Amino acid sequence: MGFAQILANGVVLGTLYACIAIGFSLVWGVLNVINMLHGSFIVLGGYLTYFAWAYTGISPVLILPVVAVLLFGLGYALQYLFINKVVSAPVLTTLTLTFGLDMILYNLMTVFFTATPRRVSMDFGRLEFWGVAMPVDRLIGMGLALLLTALLFVVLRTSRIGRAIVAVRMDREAAALMGIKVNHIYAVTFGIAALMAGAAGSVFAMVFPVTTNLSGVFLGKAFVICVIGGLGGVSGALAGGLALGIIESFAGVLVGPQNAITIGFVLMLVLLIVRPQGLVGVKGYE
Amino acid sequence: MSPILELQNVSRAFGGIKAVNDVSFKLEEGEIVALIGPNGAGKTTLVNAITGVHTPTAGKVFFEGGDVTRQKPFQAARRGLARTFQIVQPFPKMTVLENVAASALFGGHPESLAEAHDHAARELDFVGLGHVAQSPAASLTLPNRKRLELAKSLAMSPKVLLLDEVNAGLNATEIDGALDLIRRIAARGVSILIIEHLMKVVLSLSSRVLVLHHGELIAEGPPQEMVHDRKVIEAYLGPKFAERFQKEMALG
Amino acid sequence: MMARKSPWPLIAMALWLAALALTPVVLGNYEVRIAISIAMFTALALSWNIIGGFTGYPSFSTAAFYGIGCYVGALAQRSGVPAALAWLAAAAFVGGVSFLIGAIVLRLKGHYFAIGSIALVDISRLVVSSWGEVTGGGNGLNVPLLQGRPPEVSALVLYVMLGIMAAAFLANVLVDRSRLGFGLRCIEQNEDAADMVGIDTTRYKIAAYVLSAVFPGAVGAVYASWVGYIDPTDSFDILTTVKVPVMAMLGGAGTLLGPVVGAVSFVLLEEIFWANFLEWNRAIMGAIVVALIFFLPGGILKLDWRAILRRPSRRKAAERKPG
Repeated sequence: MGFAQILANGVVLGTLYACIAIGFSLVWGVLNVINMLHGSFIVLGGYLTYFAWAYTGISPVLILPVVAVLLFGLGYALQYLFINKVVSAPVLTTLTLTFGLDMILYNLMTVFFTATPRRVSMDFGRLEFWGVAMPVDRLIGMGLALLLTALLFVVLRTSRIGRAIVAVRMDREAAALMGIKVNHIYAVTFGIAALMAGAAGSVFAMVFPVTTNLSGVFLGKAFVICVIGGLGGVSGALAGGLALGIIESFAGVLVGPQNAITIGFVLMLVLLIVRPQGLVGVKGYE
Repeated sequence: MSPILELQNVSRAFGGIKAVNDVSFKLEEGEIVALIGPNGAGKTTLVNAITGVHTPTAGKVFFEGGDVTRQKPFQAARRGLARTFQIVQPFPKMTVLENVAASALFGGHPESLAEAHDHAARELDFVGLGHVAQSPAASLTLPNRKRLELAKSLAMSPKVLLLDEVNAGLNATEIDGALDLIRRIAARGVSILIIEHLMKVVLSLSSRVLVLHHGELIAEGPPQEMVHDRKVIEAYLGPKFAERFQKEMALG
Repeated sequence: MMARKSPWPLIAMALWLAALALTPVVLGNYEVRIAISIAMFTALALSWNIIGGFTGYPSFSTAAFYGIGCYVGALAQRSGVPAALAWLAAAAFVGGVSFLIGAIVLRLKGHYFAIGSIALVDISRLVVSSWGEVTGGGNGLNVPLLQGRPPEVSALVLYVMLGIMAAAFLANVLVDRSRLGFGLRCIEQNEDAADMVGIDTTRYKIAAYVLSAVFPGAVGAVYASWVGYIDPTDSFDILTTVKVPVMAMLGGAGTLLGPVVGAVSFVLLEEIFWANFLEWNRAIMGAIVVALIFFLPGGILKLDWRAILRRPSRRKAAERKPG
């Protein structure tokens, strides 16, 4: 495989990774919670997209927004009803709580969807350019991932609610004094994170098979990307996702795919020690 | 006789900013020296550089003649170089006595846990907290928390004590009590470097004053001279007001 | 006061050990299997208690220690080392590994430490999976089975697990009553202040981390000998790594008997749900975890039983007063 091909594979993978990690990063950065549900949100998005597509035949690109809205509702509700109650507790408490919620969601998915790998298969053929061959569905996936990422960036930058989220992230007390309803913002943030996860799952199901067993893998990727890119910002998740995608792509060719994943984790551990604020990010508060 | 604590050209930078720049001074045994300077002058950073919280980026720190520049905070404590925090730092779930016993056990040189407790009880009586020894540390009032900080440092049997704004937030009566306590500590032979904003404390306690501004030592001398020093007044009030202030002082 | 501690936890533990040790004599094979499970998880929860409870570091690396123990024990036994020696070797090896890793990850705090400690489980699993020529990779490893009739083997495994559990408990007691434990509690409450009063926090934290690793290492190795087969997915399971702190918290983290009570409650609940609601087992355990966080934040042992027995209205009034 040529250099350009490996790089292109890495970039495509990287944009998907960015999309996977962005919600996790947002929750960690704003709520200071490590959301163990994140992987299952992605799988749920993937499954919902698959089944909606399989039963109705509607284009998954149109299903995606519906799935995203559903996941927003789920995320908002979970945060408002459960996580908000302990949001300022130590990490041991919040992590364990989200893990407990994840056990429930995971179980529900295995019962209703089974663990069979599912993929929305749309054969668009492949595109060749500059000696790089790329299946068209992957390019669509990449385009959607970039679009979603850009959308979130714009929402955080320009909308009222986006500004409120950023304000809460920077200083919770000051934001509360300025009349921002912190609990509502937390729930919205968690909802947006679930929305992004669900949308990422939709995109993922168009490109790769999705199964419940992947929830831990997605979560692991989110960890690595957040640490590489830094917390809370869209740019950090994008940089971290791209970095991991490209590293895995090249390492996969050089040392085999299995070791490539290990390298991602080891890199994360090294970065945690030497540069906890990530490559581009701001250091999250303890 | 060599000084008990000596700094030679100590600097500490964060990124490109030099919070402490080329500071040298000596603390003689038994002395009380005040370190003053406007907010953000680098006073706390200097204390941190002395006690190993931040390792100096340049220069050397000597304690009892030995080079301790690269020490860790716990090593400073064990050597007898103790400090208090501007923001008090108790162990909230422990009793007042246990808080002080921890210092005695780890920072002092007790034979046993029982001895550490005895020592702790003596120090609590010394600072006037004997009556609340069994209360949880988190329940103390601010003046009492400040006293707890002092008891914790004293339990380490320090030779040098660095006091970081122990009087901040106290009212006039409480300050008089604190002044008395600091004098009694000094009477035990402990050399003291005290960071202070209150001129009353500086004037009544210290034999010498160091003035820090923008991380640099700009003046050093007896307290009475320092309060009239042009550079010192400028540092606090800015050049324009300093001029007016001195004119007014001259007039009457 | 620290010097004079109540003897009751020791007495309670001795009785509990005796009761578990009697299962092979008075009960059947099924009960012995549950007793082994209880002993295993009690040992794991007690180990976690030293770093997670006393020191307050949210460690999620139990499964890494346990899994490495599984593999070291299995590999030693496959190369002809007698089982008992292989178990000891596994504990020693895991102790060494945790010492080296601890020196690195214990520089992290809070969320970063939690993530780093989980990553250790993932990294260990990935390394074992991809190092096929030594570890058998994803196919797993067969471990020489213990000699003897099945009931004898289970009894032996039970006694060994009880031994590890007792050792882990003793380690907790010693830590609780020593200088080390006092220092760890200081670190838990305010690490900077602990440093300032002369505690070598790095060394103390590493000591706690190593103590929390050796027993899981041994448990893993014994488990491997018992079941005769191990693979990376089961040995390095994220579920295990979260379950163990949950057990300790269920009983009461940072206490001596909390992890013991928590482990037995959790194992028995899990057993009941496995037997009756196989399909929903995971969701039910998840619901228990959620309930634990909301209704038992201090654990079973910290519950004020008298307050619960009183009428709810009066309880509310009592709660209002201190706030």
